[in-house]
Amino acid sequence: MILLPCPWCGPRAATEFAHIGEVSVRPDPGSATPAQWRGYLYLRANPCGWTSETWYHRMGCRRFIKVERHTETNEVRSATAAGVAEVPGTGAGMTEIPDATAGARAGGAEIPAGGPAR
Amino acid sequence: MRTSTNGHRQSPGRSHYPARYSAAELFRRGLVSEAWPPAWQQQPMKGSYDVVIVGGGVHGLAAAYYLAANHGITDVAVLDKGYMGSGGSGRNTAILRSNYLTPEGVRFYDRSVQLYQRLATDLDYNVMFSQRGHLTLAHSDASLRTMRWRAEVNKVEGVDSEVIGPAEIKQLAPFLDVSPAARYPVMGALWHPPGGIIRHDAVVWGYARGASARGVHIHQNTEVTGIDVAGGRVRGVRTSRGDIATPVVLNATAGWSTLISDMAGVTMPVMTSPLQAAVTEPVKPFLSTVIVSGTLHVYISQTDRGELVFGASVDPFTSYSMRGSLEFIEGLAGHVLELMPALGKVRLLRQWAGLCDMTPDFSPIMGKTPVDGFLVDVGWGTYGFKAGPVSGEAMAQCIASGQTPDIIAAFGLERFGEGALVGEKGAAAVGH
Repeated sequence: MILLPCPWCGPRAATEFAHIGEVSVRPDPGSATPAQWRGYLYLRANPCGWTSETWYHRMGCRRFIKVERHTETNEVRSATAAGVAEVPGTGAGMTEIPDATAGARAGGAEIPAGGPAR
Repeated sequence: MRTSTNGHRQSPGRSHYPARYSAAELFRRGLVSEAWPPAWQQQPMKGSYDVVIVGGGVHGLAAAYYLAANHGITDVAVLDKGYMGSGGSGRNTAILRSNYLTPEGVRFYDRSVQLYQRLATDLDYNVMFSQRGHLTLAHSDASLRTMRWRAEVNKVEGVDSEVIGPAEIKQLAPFLDVSPAARYPVMGALWHPPGGIIRHDAVVWGYARGASARGVHIHQNTEVTGIDVAGGRVRGVRTSRGDIATPVVLNATAGWSTLISDMAGVTMPVMTSPLQAAVTEPVKPFLSTVIVSGTLHVYISQTDRGELVFGASVDPFTSYSMRGSLEFIEGLAGHVLELMPALGKVRLLRQWAGLCDMTPDFSPIMGKTPVDGFLVDVGWGTYGFKAGPVSGEAMAQCIASGQTPDIIAAFGLERFGEGALVGEKGAAAVGH
């Protein structure tokens, strides 16, 4: 069983989450060529080792989190709040929120992430 | 004369390779106590080969066999980092069928079933193909509609396939719960008589024996660590047992296929996920067909030994780990009992996992790549075993002629750049 340390809910079984996939940078739809766009849609690194990926806590806080996981051992190194770039369907400006976990723990700023409203 | 550990007398030096397998030969050797020669030979590794095939599973060994048998190319090495058939070829649930959704898919897999039908004769090796029929259950109007679509495409392509109702299903599989009161009532099924199960190890060993007899070298426990590319051409492969110079490399791996392609500098739209399966203790024969339920993510068949083999969809995340999980077994058992409540007291023997290379359109990636001499036969997702013979035949033709055969033309790597996907999710993915 894989335990994912959700920044809001604590360690939870991976079955509570939906695996969204590798963090990939979305090109600007206005200027990307079809080849670039298809590369973004289909090509993935698929590493056998440490990878950075997005999971969605569908049976918990319903937030997107960014997870560092080893794909051969399924060891999880870190799980932090996903920045804009890691949330599917967003990515405008491609700015990545550095690490919103500290602010959230302190009852501070809401994560400006997309995804379903709570 | 020496005595082996099990007491049979063996006379060394009298066996000729390869032995002809037949009842008469079995009788003769029984009379004269002559030992069988090994099914395949172990050769020293050479410094160069005409063709190097990475991956000693059914795909790689079939390609080597057809290269030698159909095209006379025998200077071929098959490399595997473990033992042959240790990957997907020995971990699948050995189900064969050709009732796919797209015409390209149906033609391709039908050719594979045809090759499987005469494989035991071609290879002189008993692969135990049992064409017992294949039932894909529909639990909703939407899946019944897809079944009708598949049945019509199949009929146009000459493949025996039809949609049947719950009463006929009950006749074919009396232990199946087809009552309307079930949690997921069975509304109909796609009945595919040519489908069935086979002994997957025997297919691997049969191809290995046939290829080895024709001069192909099989190198087990030989891991590929790099591929040399210069000037856009393949020059050789580096392995854990030394370097090999070669103008042609075929990537016929599953699970690790992106790692091999990365060595040649070819990026592929493949994600690796484990697929788990399980087998029960043997029980008396009661199930004569293969039963698949896409909604319940399960497929069930009974082997000749009486064990029930269960398979599922891939784990819902990417991973190279082949450890089984408790949540899988729990979910699987629940789903099996939905279909066959009578199995409540049957105990599981073991579970295992294999790696599946999932592509965006649930179709394989076959043929040439931007690197000259580097060919791929990958992206086999959850359906690679049933395509072994036709893939080997087509890739052998591709290597021998330098032209992509028509039967795999739709499965090229370039389709992702062109947006010409071959959508097989409706027929290939159990978890749809």
